[in-house]
Parts: sequence; structure tokens; C-alpha cells
Amino acid sequence: MLGQILNLVRSRPASVALYLIIVYLIARLSLTGAEAMGYNWQWYRIPDYLYRLTDDGFQWGEIAIGLVTTIELSVTSFVFATALGLCLALLRLSGLLVGTAVAVAYLEFIRNMPLLVLLYLIYYVLGPIFGLNRYSASVLCLAIYHSALISEIFRAGINAVGIGQWEAAKSIGMSTGQCYRFVILPQSVKFMLPPLTGEAVHLIKSSAIVSVIAVAELTTVGRNLISDTYMSFEIWFTVAAVYMVVTLILSVGVTRLERRYAVKT
Amino acid sequence: MPDGDPIIEIHNLDKFFGDFQALSDISLTVSSGERVVICGPSGSGKSTLIRCINRLEEHSAGELSVDGIKLNDETRNIRAVRMEVGMVFQQFNLFPHLTVLENLTVGPIRVRKLSKSQAEERARQYLERVHIPEQAEKYPAQLSGGQQQRVAIARSLCMEPRIMLFDEPTSALDPEMINEVLDVMVELASTGMTMVCVTHEMGFARKVADTMVFMEEGRIVETAPPATFFSNPSSERCRMFLDQILEH
Repeated sequence: MLGQILNLVRSRPASVALYLIIVYLIARLSLTGAEAMGYNWQWYRIPDYLYRLTDDGFQWGEIAIGLVTTIELSVTSFVFATALGLCLALLRLSGLLVGTAVAVAYLEFIRNMPLLVLLYLIYYVLGPIFGLNRYSASVLCLAIYHSALISEIFRAGINAVGIGQWEAAKSIGMSTGQCYRFVILPQSVKFMLPPLTGEAVHLIKSSAIVSVIAVAELTTVGRNLISDTYMSFEIWFTVAAVYMVVTLILSVGVTRLERRYAVKT
Repeated sequence: MPDGDPIIEIHNLDKFFGDFQALSDISLTVSSGERVVICGPSGSGKSTLIRCINRLEEHSAGELSVDGIKLNDETRNIRAVRMEVGMVFQQFNLFPHLTVLENLTVGPIRVRKLSKSQAEERARQYLERVHIPEQAEKYPAQLSGGQQQRVAIARSLCMEPRIMLFDEPTSALDPEMINEVLDVMVELASTGMTMVCVTHEMGFARKVADTMVFMEEGRIVETAPPATFFSNPSSERCRMFLDQILEH
């Protein structure tokens, strides 16, 4: 009996049907819940916050502008995080005791601290000392936080390339730097791309936290709009959807890129 | 027997891996143009010895100099030696992300600072020498084992080294591919290249070796020209080893 039910659930049409039922139930539940609260849905006002067509012509809305800031912030932070992460990984792999100790201490320090606390530390403590504004404090915070995780991705990717490649490169007279640049890192890329994409998605999402120091990115824009319009449901749904669209595009794009790499070698 | 100047000089070399002594008191001199074949049972330290010659292994005690350059902690010396010493590995170790041609040119361009066109011209010339000029644009994974090993030999030769080291170059090959690699090595020997080969291919050894070295348990047990070595080895261990591998 139970086996029969399980078999039925495993079949494709039944899975699709079940999935649709679950989605419907969740949607229904939130709608009836909102109705019970007497919530007044105003979805028609949302497109205005994405873009507007006025007499002056086309204009981007607040959410779109916030998204641009989020992307800018994420890209800048990711570039710094990657550079810092690579340095950390190389330090750790350098074979120098000092290098390893510094890298491990950094890693443990960052990994065991909440992102929010790190942000406060940088903005309220380091900020006044070094004259950091909101934006640069945010970039610094995200870069430092994610560099620790990225360095582990680099380390794993570098270690995944066989020792024979090192020996071959060294035996033709390459320096350690040349080995990394021409032989090891190009081969590590295919091992590092999938987890790095995951990390980029993670970074975009954690960039929302800088709304607590009022950097005008997507989440901050959402909060401001809600305090103006009281449309919490619509705005938060929209903001969530925008994050999702961006991160999905990123994931799909990188998957394509990976396939091309896989064909090449 | 070549009577060139000594090009590799090894005196009282020891090598430890932790507590394990891989090489004990090795002394060996190789003259310019000499072909040395090292054989011995597995674990006897043959590979470790030739890997010390280009410092892929660091020796623990004793002295080692190549082409007059002393091998020590000096990074500059190590790289200078590696530019003069080519090495061919059992597992080929080609760069899988580069084409055959790029495998051959990356060293000359980056290390010898040749122009791209000079390096490519040289690469094609050496591909010709190992009889696979038509494979230049392929990736290593598209070649057979024998072809890959010949590319690996060409890659080393493109650096125009004065010495070539071979670390069991045919051990990972299917039997039908062994000869195409050995042929290339015989041809290379006929050009007067200084060669140190770790191999069990005794037919090859008879054909090209000037000196046979037999190792066991990290020591050189016997050094002799091939005529004496194969017909009348002085040590009992060596005789037993030869009986075992020449049986069939």
C-alpha cells in the first residue's frame, strides 16, 4: 500500500501536480491571511517603482536604481574579495609558517563572527578612524567577509591540480609565480567556478545587510518605499523577486560558461 | 665511451623522508655526452636520485653540482639548473589545458624569453624530431599514451637542455607504444645528448648505455659498462635482479 503510494508520487505527472498544489496552498494561505487582515493589495502601483514613462520620457524607478547600487556594491566587493581571497590562499599554501598562521587566524576570526557585527565593527569603529564612508565601509565589510570563504575555494581548487603538473612546470625552469600563472591556476578554474558562483550569489544576498547603515541599495530602497506607501507585502515580494532574478541569471550564465570550459579541455 | 668533462657530480649524497633513508652515500659522476641507465628493484631510490638532480627532491646531505652549478637553497641556482636539465616523467605530466604546440612553447617563451614565432618554429622542429608534427593543434587528452610521452620529450627538448633525465618513461605505456618512445630516445642518444634514464627496458639499455648503474636499498651497488654489467656482474644481488627481469 505504502509502496504503491510512493511509486505514484515518484511518477512525473504526479510530482508536477503535487508541486502545483503546494504552491497553490501557500499562495492561497498568504492571500486569505492578508484578506483576513483587511490588507489592501495595490499591485498596480508597483511598476511605477521599477520604471516610469512620463512627459519627460523614460525614467528608472526607485527599485531599479536600488538594484543598480546593489549590483555595483556586489561587483566591487566581489572583485576585492576574490583578490584578497587569492592572496590568502597563496599565503596559506606558501609553506611559510608565518603565512599559514596569518591566513588561518584571519579565516577563523572572520568565519566565527556574524556579518552584522563585522559591519558594525568596520563602520562604527574603523570608519571614524580611517574616515570610511557608508559605501566604502560596506564594500570593505563584504570583501573581508567573503574573502575568507573564497580563499578556501581557491585553496581547494589549487590543491585539486595534481602534483605532477607542478613538477612538470618546475622542471622546465618556471618560478613558483609562473607555475601558478601559466599552469596551475588556469586548470583550477574549472574546479573553482561552481563554488565561486555560489559565493557570488551568497554575496549579493548578504549585501542586503548594509541597509542597516542606510546605503541606498535594493533593500534600503524597499524599506524607504514601505515607510512612504505602507505597501509592505507588494514591495517585499517585489524586492525578493528582483534578488531572485539577478541570482538566477548569474547561476544560469555561469553554468553555460562551465559547459564551454568542459568542452575545451 | 665519451670522455667529456664531468657535467653531473654527486658526492656522498643522503636523502631522508622523515626517518626513512631513501638514498645512502651516493657518489656518481656523469660526463658530458654520457648515457647512464639506472636500474634496480622498486623502492631502491632510482627515481629519488634523478629527482635530486633537478631538485624536485631536496637532498639531505652531501654535494651535488650540475654543469658547475652547485645545488643548494639558492633559488637562482635551482632555476638555472632546471633550465639545463630536461625531465620526462612516467605519467607524462603534459599541461592538459594547453594544446601540444602551447605545451612546447610555454617554457621557451616564459622562461627562455623567446618570441612567440621563434618558440613555435622551434616547437615544430622538435615535433618533427619525435615524429608527430601533425598533432600540434590537438590537446594532450586527444593523443595516445605513446604520442603524449613523445610530446613530453619534445617539450623538454624545446628548452634545449644539456642533460635529459628520464624517470621510467615507458612504464605507464601500453606495450605496443613502448617502442615508438624508445626509438625517439635512441635517436636522441645518437645526437650526443647527456642522458640519465631510470628504466627496466634492458634492450634499450644495451643499445645506448655507456654506463649501467644498479641500485638497491638507496645505495649504488654496481657501476659498470653494459658489456660487463650484463655478462658478468660482480655482485650477487645484481645477477639475481638481471635474471628476474631478463627471464622472458
